[in-house]
Amino acid sequence: MASESGKIDPMYQFEIKPLFELNLAGYDISFTNSSLFMMIVLGAIWLFMAGGMKQAIVPGRWQMAVEGVSGFINNMMSSSIGPEGKKYVPFVFSLFMFILVANFMGMMPFGIVPGLHGFTVTSHFTVTGILAIMSFGIVLVVGFWKHGLHFFSLFVPHGTPWWLLWLIPAIELFSFLVRPFSLALRLFVAMMAGHVLMKVLAGFVINGLNAEALWVTPVVALPSFILMIGITMLELLVCAIQAYVFALLTSLYINDAVNLH
Amino acid sequence: MPQIAQLLETYASQIFWLLITFGIIYFGIARMMLPKVEAAVDARNKKIAEDLAAAEAARAAAEMLETGGDSALNAARAEAQAKSNAAKATAAKATEKSLADADAQIATKLAAAEMSLSAATASAMASVESVATGATADIVAKVSGIAVTPAAAAMAVKMVMANG
Repeated sequence: MASESGKIDPMYQFEIKPLFELNLAGYDISFTNSSLFMMIVLGAIWLFMAGGMKQAIVPGRWQMAVEGVSGFINNMMSSSIGPEGKKYVPFVFSLFMFILVANFMGMMPFGIVPGLHGFTVTSHFTVTGILAIMSFGIVLVVGFWKHGLHFFSLFVPHGTPWWLLWLIPAIELFSFLVRPFSLALRLFVAMMAGHVLMKVLAGFVINGLNAEALWVTPVVALPSFILMIGITMLELLVCAIQAYVFALLTSLYINDAVNLH
Repeated sequence: MPQIAQLLETYASQIFWLLITFGIIYFGIARMMLPKVEAAVDARNKKIAEDLAAAEAARAAAEMLETGGDSALNAARAEAQAKSNAAKATAAKATEKSLADADAQIATKLAAAEMSLSAATASAMASVESVATGATADIVAKVSGIAVTPAAAAMAVKMVMANG
């Protein structure tokens, strides 16, 4: 009994299961539970935005919330890029909203309905990697479009002493090239680690309650449950912080491309 | 770790659906709906700024009207003051004039009275003299039996009165 209930696999939640098989030019593009959750995220964002489209002079609560998010992104872009940042607001807004809602959707307790399984889109580095590559690609395109080959001056910061000219550009280039990886891995690792931790603690609670020895419940299950409440709160915070960090870093990188150093 | 174990079988599906959903979010929501939200915010800010400017203008107008009212009040007050001053001056003048008239009348009456008084005094004196002259002549005639001419008697009376 105990050995059977001990088989709670904390990694199972990340498994991708196809819902409809689809093929396109030899590639398997099945509609999976991950795709389903992307669609749920899309629907949630659309619902949120649609509720705030009344364009009333005196806004209601919902409109205030939508305008708050839009103003938040606008402020971030204009403070880190300047007046030119307005152009990139839609992209960073999409990134921020997608990551934020995907993180929160992963925290939703869909599992309490039998047969349903929650899924965190952003806990897959395929997804966070694509997002990071998009934001890195925008930096490259904007940088070379606006400054041409002069964009490479990004790797020589102002005030570099001449005798360090052989080293600084190499370091700068390396830190520049590492950006998409750090963007993608930060989000992916934060989301995956949080969900694994929560699942492990949940396993402690369940196995502790099912244990044959009576002392296990108060000693293991109860502290684990209390800890899990705290960890869940922390995870909700991390969801918002990771979305913010991703959007903020993207805006700073775009600032590099727009204004150089 | 399914992220790595399933990578080869799922990467195409993940990328495909991510691009579709993210594309819809970017083109459908961030580029179509977001500008409307921002437009609403901008319109509100513009409206607030306009209303504030209108209120400021109204306040300035009210202030100007107030100072205008003050000056009108001051002018009216000054006018009233001037009118009352003028009235006072004319009244004083009229009083002075009637006073002077009365003074003059009194003076003429006084002069006339004085003149009649002095005339009366003179006639009384004259009658006293003539009575004295007659009496003198009578006394002299009675005492000494000398008939004195009235002229001499008058002379004597005049001498006594002048000394007297």
